[in-house]
Formats: sequence, structure tokens, C-alpha cells
Amino acid sequence: MNIKRQEIEKLATLARIAIDESTIAEVTERLGSVLELVDQLQAADTSGVEAISHPMQGTQRLREDEVTELNQRQALQAIAPDTEEGLFLVPKVIE
Amino acid sequence: MQSISGWDTVIGLEVHVQLATKTKIFSGASTAFGAEPNTQACAIDLAMPGTLPVLNKQAVHYAVMFGLAVDAEIGKESAFERKNYFYPDLPKGYQTTQLEKPIVGRGNVEIQLADGSTKNIRIHHAHLEEDAGKSLHEGDFRSGTSGIDLNRAGTPLIEIVSEPDMTSAEEAVAFAKKLHSIVTSIGICDGEMSQGSMRFDVNISVKPSGSDKLGTRTETKNLNSFKFMEECIAQEVDRQIDLLEDGGSITQETRLYNGETKTARSMRSKEEANDYRYFPCPDLLPVVVTDETIETLRRNLPELPDARQARFVKQYGLSDYDADILGSDAGMSVYFETATEKSGNAKLTANWTMGELAARLNSEAISIANSPVSAEQLGGLIARIADNSISGKMAKEVFEGIWTGEGSADEIIEARGLKQVSDSGALEQMVADVLAANQAMVDDYINTDQAKRKKKLGGFMGQIMKASKGQANPQQVNQILAKKLNELL
Amino acid sequence: MYNLTIAELVRGLQSKAFSSVELTQHFLDRIAALNPDYNAVITVTADQALKAAIAADKRLAAGGAPALCGVPILHKDIFCTKGVRTSCGSKMLDNFIPPYNATVVENFEQAGAVVLGKTNMDEFAMGSSNETSFYGPVKNPWSTDCVPGGSSGGSAAAVAARLAPAATATDTGGSIRQPAALCGITGLKPTYGRVSRWGMIAFASSLDQAGPMARTAEDCALLLSCMASLDDKDSTSIDHKIDDYSASLNNSIKGLKIGVPSEYFSEGLDKGTEQAVRQALSDLEAQGAELVDISLPNSGLSVPAYYVIAPAEASANLSRFDGVKYGYRCEDPKDLQDLYSRTRAEGFGEEVQRRILIGTYCLSAGYYQAYYGKAQQVRQLIRQDFTQAFEQVDVILGPTCPSPAFKFGSKGDDPVAMYLEDIYTIATNLAGLPGMSVPCGMVDNKPVGLQIIGNYFDEALMLNVAHQYQQVTHWHNLAPEGIA
Repeated sequence: MNIKRQEIEKLATLARIAIDESTIAEVTERLGSVLELVDQLQAADTSGVEAISHPMQGTQRLREDEVTELNQRQALQAIAPDTEEGLFLVPKVIE
Repeated sequence: MQSISGWDTVIGLEVHVQLATKTKIFSGASTAFGAEPNTQACAIDLAMPGTLPVLNKQAVHYAVMFGLAVDAEIGKESAFERKNYFYPDLPKGYQTTQLEKPIVGRGNVEIQLADGSTKNIRIHHAHLEEDAGKSLHEGDFRSGTSGIDLNRAGTPLIEIVSEPDMTSAEEAVAFAKKLHSIVTSIGICDGEMSQGSMRFDVNISVKPSGSDKLGTRTETKNLNSFKFMEECIAQEVDRQIDLLEDGGSITQETRLYNGETKTARSMRSKEEANDYRYFPCPDLLPVVVTDETIETLRRNLPELPDARQARFVKQYGLSDYDADILGSDAGMSVYFETATEKSGNAKLTANWTMGELAARLNSEAISIANSPVSAEQLGGLIARIADNSISGKMAKEVFEGIWTGEGSADEIIEARGLKQVSDSGALEQMVADVLAANQAMVDDYINTDQAKRKKKLGGFMGQIMKASKGQANPQQVNQILAKKLNELL
Repeated sequence: MYNLTIAELVRGLQSKAFSSVELTQHFLDRIAALNPDYNAVITVTADQALKAAIAADKRLAAGGAPALCGVPILHKDIFCTKGVRTSCGSKMLDNFIPPYNATVVENFEQAGAVVLGKTNMDEFAMGSSNETSFYGPVKNPWSTDCVPGGSSGGSAAAVAARLAPAATATDTGGSIRQPAALCGITGLKPTYGRVSRWGMIAFASSLDQAGPMARTAEDCALLLSCMASLDDKDSTSIDHKIDDYSASLNNSIKGLKIGVPSEYFSEGLDKGTEQAVRQALSDLEAQGAELVDISLPNSGLSVPAYYVIAPAEASANLSRFDGVKYGYRCEDPKDLQDLYSRTRAEGFGEEVQRRILIGTYCLSAGYYQAYYGKAQQVRQLIRQDFTQAFEQVDVILGPTCPSPAFKFGSKGDDPVAMYLEDIYTIATNLAGLPGMSVPCGMVDNKPVGLQIIGNYFDEALMLNVAHQYQQVTHWHNLAPEGIA
């Protein structure tokens, strides 16, 4: 399966991973190889087969609506890259 | 129906309703409004590695209750998907939401319009999802940065998606208000619009009158007041028609409306080009709601606004108009009924609740739930008006006293000596004294044409009320005065 | 002491033959001396371990101590450990110190185990050779120019080199069984949902499952008893009776029906490996088990299905690593998009990036049905293959992987060559079934693993079969040269 360079660039944007110009050919080739592998799926006859997203059958357990998590800001922000006034800081977001 | 010649407007709404649970949809952190930034964002809300979601039962029940309230099909097996996009207020890099199997299916909401007609607006579906946090662009932090507060991240929402059944701003606002009335009446949302408890996305398109083909639509996001919604729709409809009439075309886009400047603009973010890559969330299993649960919730479903309005007319003899206003607001209707129980006079209580109280709350931007005058206190005040202990004018003074915390109506009446004089002997004497002291006025009255005499009564009333320091019962004074003047003719 | 099994260590501790402090110090010394040769342990928590050992000795002295009291273990660095760096083998989390424990970590703490440190692993558990770790590759104690397997290569090598009597591990497509096979130890991946995933950093949530690594099946039984739990914090953890895994170890396997899938002995299987596995089957037959030829017709589709599903889930699971709340953040981001894309380009290694891109592709508009949708249907077919097989047999046996440990770099630049390493293990993850690997022979002085696949929640039976096999074979007792 051939994947085009532009497609890789689009994927990289969606996944927010900067790809260096010098490696893009290599990335494209290796990704193409993996997609060739997964393309073997197309040969499978799956007509009428129900897709499953969990290996086990089961239903969601529900939690009681009770506060169990108290303020842990100090501990949680101690490992944050950049905080001020209790806020996580990022480069200014432009909407 | 609002129509602009030659064009039809088509409107659909997506409404985000924050559910009034104590905790987040997938974590046990509090959802209370107004806390210090990030003090209610636990490891799960922050998407710390290895943390996992566990679904809040109350959120599921609230969603089902909404479904029951709009007569919708309930998704007995619903499922969660991940909607992938990067944004700093979305800690996991995906929003957990429902796409293929929402918890609430097709339903219906009836709206009332100003001309007295009603219209059915179809609900396409409603699904459970988590709210995002907030990005603050200005504040006490380094310039050139945005501050992220994740307290709101993970607050449970239902997103209600309507069919494009509305044809004017009036209908859209009526629908929005009706939803507000429903969700607050059944207690699944606090309805505090200013806190973002309900937010509206409006999809608008126009098409040539009578055409079957829908025009290109725009979506204006995150409106949080009915007024803004009305303004924004009017503006957007005009903009689209102007564009089309000038031979232009509409771009499918997301817009933001600024209520302060009353202007809208296109969001030129990369969001447009996004591909959300929805897929089933592997951390959550199918959510099953049993028939038994549905029936229990149905049995215990609080009274809906339509039923309540009808009951107010029947039980309290209110006019349709009064019943509509009081019955559509959950807070107001509870207040009204509590106050009426105490006052024993529904009509007077309705007038005071919608009049003096509502006006005062409105001017100070206080919700009825936080009213300084409790329903019991207002009921107590109205009881004194009803039994003629005080006049309507004095009642306003007493109301003021209750508002500022001086105590109950009876305490204030007592303390200020406002109790009305209703002792007929005392009143007869008072009237007689005033007539005797104002012979000229009496003569004038006698010499006036019978038809115009009634107008002269006011002068005597003023004198008598002044003499009684306002404490004379006006109805009684009126009767005595009329009787005594008649005797003089 | 390092050659004793956990079962023996427990007896020694309880009879006061040695103390937990002595034992702990003994293994800490071994790690200090030998780990530089293998790079199996990336964080040593000596002070905490000795403190825990002192506490354990007190409990042992007081009597009524819990099952694993005083026994030293290692945790794979995928399990969050409160106050101790948890890197997941990635630069992204090189500075990440969780303020909470994984449930698995918590369970071992309750059982009185002493944690010596954290083991090396493929970055975010993505790899079959441990070559993708930010901390450098782990070397196979049997042959240091060979890989230990992955992703739990650090845990496997540490147990093989007797740096600890046991270690925790995780398995998404073979990450417990394949390194166990390549390092000549015993490892078990339980039924999906048997062990809580809370605090275990997610790779592919519907496939990930934690399990034990030790030298014997008997030890794995003890460890699994501690790890298995129903956890309200993990919605996918399953409410199913937890068997007494040790109690049934000595049951006879006479009459046991062993399924032998033809697809697991096809082209691509190394001759020596095949011989060793067939010998193991004969050994079991000699113990009274019955071999039944079976077919798992959709086996060939398991690798392609896996490389859609696992990357798809991973692409979302790893979105949280964005440089905002914790972990690595690039220097001087010029704007928000730069912060994201450079943090993720610099923080993730090549294989992780590749899988994120593959997952993103398979979920993107226009490709979802053809890839993700199709893979989930194939997953159903694979599950049905097993369901039908288990109507005829009690367990399924075959090789764990196609060949013994390979040399570093030998898989070349094509990622697919590496992916085929998990050809026999991936199907059980897709189906959610339990699987284990036990040593069953040597090829060129390198260990070979026998895979035992059980029906849902049949871990006790698998351990019983493995233990019975280990009663009549010596492979699990072999140690790499210079170790024993």
C-alpha cells in the first residue's frame, strides 16, 4: 500500500507530531510497509460479522454520586511543567 | 412567525446542559461552581497516566429523566465513544461522548408562541458527555500565556440535539426556554445560565420561500442567554439574506457571537479542518438501563411544566398567563406554592411573586432560590394584606423590611406599629373629626354635581389617612365616608 | 538465596531461616553488581525497600503476616508507583513521579512484598525486543548480544538473571509471554479484566493486561493470587470468582485434552523451536494428557487486526501526553501548536510515533470502516475460532514465538519483521483469553517457550498444566551462564 507524503503530513498534523523534513521519506516508507501488512484484512470475509470493541461481554458498572476526590492541586501541580496562580500555563491560545 | 419577504429561515439547536450531579461524570471530584482553579480537578480529570473513568450513576439517571420528560425513546444500551482533538482544556486529548448509541433517542417538545399557538419541535437525540475545562486568556499570570483551569473538565453534560424545526428567533428562544423549564423542573440542571449551566449552539440557514432545498448552514456556538440568542439569530439571518441577495454564497462555518459588542465572527481556527476520529471508548463498557430503572425514574419524575401550568389554573384559579409564567419556572413555582400555603390567597401571592419579588430579584440579579425574602415570609406578609391588617402600600414597606432582614411580616408590623386600624368605632370617629374640621370641602362636595362627586372623595381620603398616619383601613374608611357624606346631602 | 523460588523464600522467611532485610539486601547487592550488564532495572528504590523489609520482618515476627510478606519483587515501569518515577520507558515521562499507586502495586503492598525498583521496558510497551526504551536496550542474560524480548524485557531479564525472584509485567500482544520465552522464565497473561488496569499506563486499553513473571508456575500462582482483584476504579475489571491458583497445582492432568492448532506449526516456525515444543507435547502426553489436532482458521489475520486496533487505541491513549499537565515539554514553544508537535516529536521515540500515526490513519475519515471497522469484525472471527476450539479441548498448546532470542538490530529497518514476532501470542489478546509461557527447551543455548492458552478465567488449569510439566522437566531450573 502506498501512502502519499501529503497524507503523512496530514496525519502528523492530526496527531500533533512534528516530522522533520529529513526523515519524512523514511517515515513514509516504513508506514507504508505497516499498512501493507494491515491491508491483509481486506481479504477476510466478514460479511454479517458483528464488530466487537471489547474482548469480554459485560456492562458498565456505575459509581454512586459521592465526592471521593478532594483538592490535591499542590501534589498534582508539583509535577506540572508550568503553572501560576493554580493554573496550568500554555502559550497563549488564539481562538 | 418572523418572516423576511422571499426567504424562509431554518433553525436547529444543540443544547449543552450541565447535569446537577455532585461529582464529575467519570470521577469523584466535586462539580461545585466557583472553586479556586484546579482544586476540583483530580488525577482522572487531569488525565494522569494510568487513570480510568468510572461512570456516575446519577448522570445516567438524569439523562434518562430528560428522555422521559420529552417522551423520548430511552437507549437501553448506550455506549461511549472518544472524539479526538487537541485543546489545552481537554486533558485527555479526546472527549468521551456518545455517537452511535446515545442514551436518549427521538423525542418531542411542545412550545407556546406569543400568538397563543403551539408548535412541536422534534428532538433528534440527547447524549451524555463530559464538559471541557476553561482557558483563561487574561489574568494574574504571565503575559503571552493562557491559563488552564480544569475544574469544569469532566462535568457531566447532556447534549440535546433538535431537528431543524424552528423558523424564527421567537421559536428558537421559546424552545430554549422550554428546555430550560423542563430541565430545571425535573431537577437535573440548576439552570444558571450565567454560570454556563446551559449553553446553546444555533444552526441557522435560509432558503428561498417555499423551497425544499436547505441552504448552507452556519453554527454559532456557546450562546448563554436567551437575549443573545435572539439577537444573534436576527443578525445572522439578515447577514445570510444580504449575502445571498447580493449574489454571494454562505460558507459553512462555526461562528462566535459576542453579546457585549453584539457582533459575530467566524472562528478561523484549525478546528474546521479537524477529523475527530470517533471510535468506541475501550475503557467503558455498554451502559445498560433496565426497564425497572426506567419505570422507577418515570414514577418519580417531578411534575413537568405543562402539567404544572394546567394544575395552577385548576387548583389556584390563576389565569393562563399567570400560570404560564409561574409554572414554567421551577424555582418560581415552588416558591409560589410554598408562599400560597402560608398566605391562603393564591391570586395575591401570584401577583406579588411575579411583581414585587420578581422585579426586585431581577434588578439585583439574584435567583429565586437565593431570595432574601423566603416563600414563608412572603406568604406571611400576604396573609396580613389578605386579612386587612395592612394596606398594599404598607405591605411594600414591610416587604422592604423583610428583604433587609428585619424579620417576619408580623414582627415588622408590630415593631413599626403599622397595624391597620379596622375598629369601626374608632374609624367613624376619625371620619367625623375630619369632616367637621373641613367644612369648606364638605360644602364643595355637596354643591358638586352628583356625577362628579366621586372625584372629590380622594381629598377626604387623603385627610383621613394623614390623620391616621396611614393606618386606617382604606376600604372601611371608604364605606364610612360614603355613608356619612350621604347623610349630609 | 537468589536461586530459591518464591515458595521457598516464603517458607524461609516464615521459618526465620533468613530475614527480609537480609534477603532484600542480597538482591539489592545483586542488582548493583549485575544490572550494569543487562540494563534490566532502571530505578532502584533501595532505601524504601529496606524500610519495607524492616516492616516486613516485624510483621513476620508478630505472626499472621500476609502471603508475600518480606518477598522482594520488581515492578515493570508501566505501573504507577507513588513517589517513585514511572517512566513507561519514555523520555516523555522521564520526570514523571505519580502521586498514586497502581492497583497492582497496591495489592503487592497489601501482601507485604518489598519493591526493589522498576524494570526497563519498550517505550509505552510498544516493541518486542526492548530496543525502543528511552533508557537503552535490555540485554538477554543468556546471550548479551541478543534481545530479551519485549515489551516486558526488563522484568524477564531481571528474573532470568536472578536480580529478583519475580517481577510484574504487562501483555498487550505478547509482552509477557514472548520475553518470558526468550529469557527462559515462566510468565502469565491472565484473562482480560482479571487484573485491574488502574494505574497501569495504557497502551491499548482493550488488550492490555497485567500478569506475573517468575521462574516457576508455582510462583506465578502465588503472584497471580495477589494481583487478581475486582477493582471499582477499572470499569473493565471483571467480577468473577478468583480461584485458589495454588490449590489445584498438583491435580493430575490425566485425560486433559490439549488442542494443538495446525496454524501454530506452519511456515516460519524455527525447526529447533518446533522440536522443543513437540517434545513438550509428548512429555505431557506421557503424563496422561490427550493431544487433539485443532484449527484456528483466522490466526493469520490476528497480526493485521492487531496492528489496526492497538495503534488506534494507542493514538487516543497517548494524546494526553501534550506537555501541559505533566511530563516532558519542549523548550521555548513559540505557540500552542509548536508546544504540542515538538513536545510529542521530541518526547516520543520512533516506534511510538509510528504507531500513533498508524492509529490516526486507521481511524481517520474515509478509512475507519476499511481498517478499524474491519479489524473489529476480524476480532470477532478470531474469538469465535477459540470459542469453537474450547468446545473440544481444555487448553491449547503451541510455541510462544517463532524462534529463540535474536540479535540486536537483526530485524532491520522494516517494522513488520518485528511485528511478526508476536504472531502466536496476539490472538489471545484480541480474544481476551489467558495465555502463559513456560520454558521447554534450548536451541543454540537459548531458551524456547511453550505457550499454554486457556479458556476464559481458566488460569488455575493453565498453572496446573504448567506445574505438572515442570515436575517432570528441568528447563525452568536452568540459569544463564555466570548466574547460578
